[in-house]
Amino acid sequence: MGDPLFWHRLQFGFTATYHYLFPQLTMGLALVIVIFKALGLRTSEARYSDAARFWIRIFGINFAVGVVTGIPLEFQFGTNWARFSHLSGGIIGQTLGMEGMFAFFLESSFLGLLIWGEKKLSPKGHFGAAVALWLGSWLSGYFIIATNAFMQHPTGFAVAADGTLQLTSFWAFLLNPWALGQYAHNMIAAVVTGSFVVAAVGAYWTLKGIHPVQANLNLRTGTILGLVFSVLVAFPTGDLQGKLVAKHQPITLAAMEGRFESGPRAALTLIGQPDVTLHKIENPIKVPAVLSFIAFGTFSSNVRGLLEFPQDQWPQNIELLYYGFHIMAGLGTLMIGLMALAVFLLWRGKLATTRPLLWVVMLAVPFPYIATTAGWVVTEFGRQPWLIYGVLRTTQGSSPLVHAGHTAFTTLGFAGIFVVLSMLWLFLIGRELAHGPESPAH
Amino acid sequence: METLWFWLVSVMVAIYVVMDGFDFGAGILHLVVAKTNEERRQVLGAIGPLWDGNEVWLLAGGGSLFLAFPKVLASGFSGFYLAMWLVVWSLMLRGISIEFRSHVQDGLWRHFWDATFAVSSVLLPVLLGAALGNVLRGVPLDGTGYFSMPLWTDFQLGPQPGILDWYTVLIGVFALVTVTAHGALFLAWKTEGPVHLRTKHLAPRLWLLVLAVWVAASAATARVNPAILHNLPGAPLAWIAILLYLAGLGLVFLGLGRERYLLAFLGSGAFILGLLAASAACVFPVMLRSTLNSAFDLTALNASVGGHGLRTGLVWWLLGFPLALGYVAFLFRFHRGKVAAAEEGEGY
Repeated sequence: MGDPLFWHRLQFGFTATYHYLFPQLTMGLALVIVIFKALGLRTSEARYSDAARFWIRIFGINFAVGVVTGIPLEFQFGTNWARFSHLSGGIIGQTLGMEGMFAFFLESSFLGLLIWGEKKLSPKGHFGAAVALWLGSWLSGYFIIATNAFMQHPTGFAVAADGTLQLTSFWAFLLNPWALGQYAHNMIAAVVTGSFVVAAVGAYWTLKGIHPVQANLNLRTGTILGLVFSVLVAFPTGDLQGKLVAKHQPITLAAMEGRFESGPRAALTLIGQPDVTLHKIENPIKVPAVLSFIAFGTFSSNVRGLLEFPQDQWPQNIELLYYGFHIMAGLGTLMIGLMALAVFLLWRGKLATTRPLLWVVMLAVPFPYIATTAGWVVTEFGRQPWLIYGVLRTTQGSSPLVHAGHTAFTTLGFAGIFVVLSMLWLFLIGRELAHGPESPAH
Repeated sequence: METLWFWLVSVMVAIYVVMDGFDFGAGILHLVVAKTNEERRQVLGAIGPLWDGNEVWLLAGGGSLFLAFPKVLASGFSGFYLAMWLVVWSLMLRGISIEFRSHVQDGLWRHFWDATFAVSSVLLPVLLGAALGNVLRGVPLDGTGYFSMPLWTDFQLGPQPGILDWYTVLIGVFALVTVTAHGALFLAWKTEGPVHLRTKHLAPRLWLLVLAVWVAASAATARVNPAILHNLPGAPLAWIAILLYLAGLGLVFLGLGRERYLLAFLGSGAFILGLLAASAACVFPVMLRSTLNSAFDLTALNASVGGHGLRTGLVWWLLGFPLALGYVAFLFRFHRGKVAAAEEGEGY
């Protein structure tokens, strides 16, 4: 605990994990709002504009928390990870700078118009503001993923004589294949979060028997989008992401699966507890040869185990990595099943009357949040012990003179602030939910 | 190329101070100039659609610093560790207080956020001014390119200075007074009714205070960092900047005298831009001055990344900067005219 690195990692992991609870809903809802606004423009039916108005209010509260929890992340590069920033700033400074220039200005300029401007703008103008927020938030996502992709699989750079990393190809860096795959996977997951929230609100109002038009519209939109995107998050994007890990981070793949021995026809572990000291999975339930297929596309491929690699290159927290992956994949599968069932009943016209399933849809809201968090745990713990994979170790990246007393202080400060923010968020969102879709009387 | 980026970063930071400066000023003044809920909502309505975009200049400026001079960012941010987090926490509180206030129509709820908005708006310019004070005074950078400073020691300039000493606090107070006066002009321009009358009454007094603190801060700066005076004759840009801020100051008093508050507000913007540009021109090429040995200074030359990164950055910077200015122009045009408090539930 007296080790500054422990606190640096804890603080960044904690603040980034907390922050991302908000943008994933922002990015998902941004698309949902664009869809509602577009349908409203085309059909001139009030129910679409009413739905958009309700979600814009949720969006506004959520966006504000996303903005204020995002600022600390930008600062931590310099404050806590100074040596990493010094060495790689010439490269990741590009995407972080572009995020400010191209995404944040766009979002911040049109946010007020989206939230408060419906009366002042024409319907097309207000739709334009919704599109601007959608573009801005999704662009912002790309710059962050491209920055992260450089840490996962660095491209387009060279190491200079003084040890700093120099940009050699802007396009190789910006269009890193890892970034493209991870971006698709991540953004689709954000839409899953948005759809589950929309569906859950629809289910809640249906169960309560209130706001019937909006309940029906949200339930229908949320479950259909939820099914489409929870399938897309697994296939092709999750599959693609898995193949990228298999190709570029084979040690991470072995750790995610708790696989110690190498060999062909590798089995996929569904359930089991990894014992890292004895190099085995306890109580395993496995499906033969499926891991080989997922990783390399044939059932006979050799999948290397951890023991094939020097131990100083293993990720330090194999247990968390293993569970993170299994929680993500397990919940992802459950979510496809749930939404498939809901959409089937919707098609048969029975969803609104199947109360047990409505309860499940309503209570399933945490699932996409847990799955995306687990996914990022896999991504970031899987990158260890590297800060920039194969180039810079995490131990070499932190600020040299910032001591544990500093970082413990700020980490605890964030814990306090986040408790307050969470309470405020729950309170304000709860009020909006209780108030329902009509415009608020305040 | 390094020189160009030194100025690009300086310009971004200066625009940030001008733009977010009037938000700070509004936050500092609103408890005084806006008494009723209606009046406070008028103040928030004036800055509400703008503050978030204004804050982005800080993030975009930080991004530019990161890409061009990562060594300066790494050294400065980690060296000012605790002060940086006070800035971040204040920024968080400020943003939340503007955005959350209007959601609940309740007196206590709104008083709480009004107070939070005021406190964070006071802390931010003091801290950011003190940061500028540290840059002008210098920090104990050694040969490794890093330093670490406590928030304060004995408030003296000696060999072990804190982030806050009498000089940096003085610069912080100067920043506080200046953005307050700047914000007063913004509010006088954008509002009518009692808020307008109160800011109109306060603004000339605030600007006289700015003049007094400005003289003190300039004299102290000349003593703390004599190199600035020494560099002045050979820095033509500094002379242009000095002309700019003197002209700005003239416009402020002209505008105040004729009750033309847009003119005065533009003048105070020019005053702030000019002051920061003059400081930048006098310290150039030094970005972070070492108090131990000038050989350890981090400069635009020894702290920059290589040419390819800077050239690449310039291409998108030249695309993005006009775009950002375009958004600012659009927002000011869209929200032109005097601000009246919005209907409950329809605005800040």
